[in-house]
Amino acid sequence: MTQYIGKPINRVDGLDKVTGKARYAAEFNVPELAYGVVISSAITKGKIVRIDASDALSLEGVLQVFTHENRPKLAWFDLSYKDQDAPPGSPFRPLHDEKIKYSGQPVALVVAETYEVARYAASLIQIEYEEEEHETSLEANKDRARKPKSGLASALKPPPPKPRGDFEEVFNAAPVRTISRYVHSVEHHNPMEMFATTVVYEKKGKLTIYDKTQGAPNSQLYVSQVFNIPFRDVRVISPYVGGAFGSALRPQYQLFLAVLAARELKRSVRVSLTRQQMFTFGHRPATNQTIALGANADGEMTAMYHEAISETSRFEDYTEVVVNWSGMLYPPENVILDYKLVPLDVYTPLDMRAPGGVTGVSALECAVDELAYKLGIDPLEFRLKNYTERDMNEDLPYSSKELRECFRQGAERFGWAKRNPEPRSMRNGSNLIGWGMATGIWDAMQMPARAEAVLMVNGKLRVSSATADIGTGTYTVMTQIAADTLGMPVEDVLFKLGDTELPLAPIQGGSWTVATVGSAVKAVCEDLGKTLFKLAKKLPGSPFSKVDYQDVVFLDKSIQLKADSALRVSLQDVVDSNGGRAVRETSTSLPNMLQQRKYARSVHSAVFAEVQIDEELGTVKVTRLVSAIAGGRIINPKTARSQIIGGMVWGISKALEEESVMDHQVGRFMNHSLAEYHVAVNADIHELDVVFVEEDDTIVNPLGAKGLGEIGIVGVPAAISNAVFHATGKRIRELPITLDKLL
Amino acid sequence: MQSTSILSAEVTVALPEKSLVTLTINGEKKQLELAPWTTLLDALREYLDLTGTKKGCDHGQCGACTVLVDGKRINSCLTLAVMKEGASITTIEGLATVDENATVQLHPLQDAFIQHDAYQCGYCTPGQICSAVGLMNEGRAKTTDDIRELMSGNICRCGAYPHIVDAISEVMQIDKNS
Repeated sequence: MTQYIGKPINRVDGLDKVTGKARYAAEFNVPELAYGVVISSAITKGKIVRIDASDALSLEGVLQVFTHENRPKLAWFDLSYKDQDAPPGSPFRPLHDEKIKYSGQPVALVVAETYEVARYAASLIQIEYEEEEHETSLEANKDRARKPKSGLASALKPPPPKPRGDFEEVFNAAPVRTISRYVHSVEHHNPMEMFATTVVYEKKGKLTIYDKTQGAPNSQLYVSQVFNIPFRDVRVISPYVGGAFGSALRPQYQLFLAVLAARELKRSVRVSLTRQQMFTFGHRPATNQTIALGANADGEMTAMYHEAISETSRFEDYTEVVVNWSGMLYPPENVILDYKLVPLDVYTPLDMRAPGGVTGVSALECAVDELAYKLGIDPLEFRLKNYTERDMNEDLPYSSKELRECFRQGAERFGWAKRNPEPRSMRNGSNLIGWGMATGIWDAMQMPARAEAVLMVNGKLRVSSATADIGTGTYTVMTQIAADTLGMPVEDVLFKLGDTELPLAPIQGGSWTVATVGSAVKAVCEDLGKTLFKLAKKLPGSPFSKVDYQDVVFLDKSIQLKADSALRVSLQDVVDSNGGRAVRETSTSLPNMLQQRKYARSVHSAVFAEVQIDEELGTVKVTRLVSAIAGGRIINPKTARSQIIGGMVWGISKALEEESVMDHQVGRFMNHSLAEYHVAVNADIHELDVVFVEEDDTIVNPLGAKGLGEIGIVGVPAAISNAVFHATGKRIRELPITLDKLL
Repeated sequence: MQSTSILSAEVTVALPEKSLVTLTINGEKKQLELAPWTTLLDALREYLDLTGTKKGCDHGQCGACTVLVDGKRINSCLTLAVMKEGASITTIEGLATVDENATVQLHPLQDAFIQHDAYQCGYCTPGQICSAVGLMNEGRAKTTDDIRELMSGNICRCGAYPHIVDAISEVMQIDKNS
């Protein structure tokens, strides 16, 4: 029954969040807690030749200064340092040796009785370095681009497909062609909560770790392997995560340092990073893309070339899917898609909201707009003309694709039909007005996961899985799914997550949590339902003694005969008959690969943007944004809308503001603060409209739901770029579109 | 004490003296032994276990640490605790009231944030709500554009801004289309 699925119920963790009761990693206070402060490398490449910590160590309250010189012996093999999201290569090891591999690398941890003393002591430590030449510029090192190494991660991030048809010949013969280059800057996730870990040192050296992570089991795996501690002695807890956007998919160095210090000092330790240090690990990589498109005179796209060159570190080959989307969105038969990496002296890039997707689609959808203009065809009409029902890379049909309906409903809501295609044709006083649109796409993935469901003796249902809620609404939607499956009111359902004592779930990423954990929750509640039914059948005078499971429903905290709801047994009576014990089930949900592999599975969007540009100042304001989403079944329209709105805000931010500016002379990000790394603030955001298009999908997963975490951002930067062109007649192919580029 | 410093010739290693600081927090008088370098934010989070007030940058750039001092919103990370001797401080933990039946009465803004889903991860939320209380006390905001402008010192990285504006404008009874 669906009493809750599809309903806009309030977040079940809302009360904790508005009253300050929700505790994040740095907020678990325990007695005798020591504080660690990290010192970051002042150079970009070279080595440490001397560390003088004597002043710091002489300070009252300082417990220890950890560096590569005094760190304990740790795991030797690279494999031990590999987490669930580790790309091919050799993971960075904090305090490993004297070598400096990137600017901001952690070189020491000062631990003291109070945070203030640790911070002061850190300022007293003198470190002498020997510098080497570094290379940090993608643009300057493009000629070193090479194919990425493949590894386990390549399964989720497939390399580009082989070329098909004859791009060169068809492109050269095409009557209408465009070739353009798109440049995107580095960006940093900057969740509001800074990375932090509180390690509670328990009896016999057991560790309870409160970590900022998108997957408690991932942190547990890392700590267990690196420090050679049995799994059972490491418990990682993470009930609330103050935003992550991909940054917490990998264990970050504060976890390593906090565990190291706690074990050496045999006491509880907290390490929190500073906002400046939030720029010293993963980032969205800088990219350089070239797109060439050819079409025949009536607007059929016949040839497509999309190449991306991206940066990575010297030690790992981080990849993302940048170019494959082109072959999934458009049908040309003559296609070359290519992706290369340039290793630089930076930290390994890291998945950031719609990694690769927003990068590739932002470029592609601008190129498509350029081609539509060259052809003299309305950009929306052009997309409809070049619509594909198949993923051309895999040559598979989509399990569902209501993108046409997104175009139709989005355009209608926006008023696209009233658009004058001529650039610079719309004005409001001294402001130029522009309308642009773009398409978005992201994967609809499902992973294996486990969950437990317990009907407790008090008649309440407790469901759990070691997944995360990084603000996405996991607590709430899992509660809804469990409540509906067993016919319980949401008030009687408690969903627990973020704890390695709970059944295993994958890291929360890739927009797969609802599909993955939601399917596990549904499965385990169904299994529990079957067990409860068996118990109900055995009750004295049970109305179900001759009834089959498929003849009953779970409703109003009871099992009822479908044909006659008066014949029922309350769940409380069932659990009461279990000898004073709760009734529990644990289940594993696996994707139906046999069925899924016959289809391409994606979520789609159509985005329409209106910008207002001050002609003299070059300032851009996004006055209206409409996003029509085909995301399968929407479990909770309220939290779903918030996710899409959040993605749209990110899209505005990426299009107009975000850029980690590196001074290549020193190899360091210079704007490493929230005052200088601009993200959208309240005043930057105006009318945002979200439309969920109806989409029925029986293939993607048992719930028919597609994830929404990434799709909200994907089409937005291109829609804005195209609106800027419509307003000004200028094609800005470098993001962010700052005012200097428009003057 | 001297050291062979690379940056400066001489470093004096000494800790600042602690002193007794009296603060009224959420109506309760609290006395703390604090060194002058302890910020009001760290005093709340690390010395009083009032972790509802968040640290997002420690530089007054994000607004997550917003609390009310004598009704005015401030960044508690830019304020040393000793500077607020005798002041009355309200944090997110002090906004809801408990009535005679021990029922918790949320502040109207807290309730509106829940109803409008004006958050996602929840980390900036206490700062947003305290800031909105301060905004209402100031009495300057007359339109939703005013709210957007005057709430721009509080970053929400999840991007809940439209819902934050909806929640605040509802409590302030400001027309949504203004």
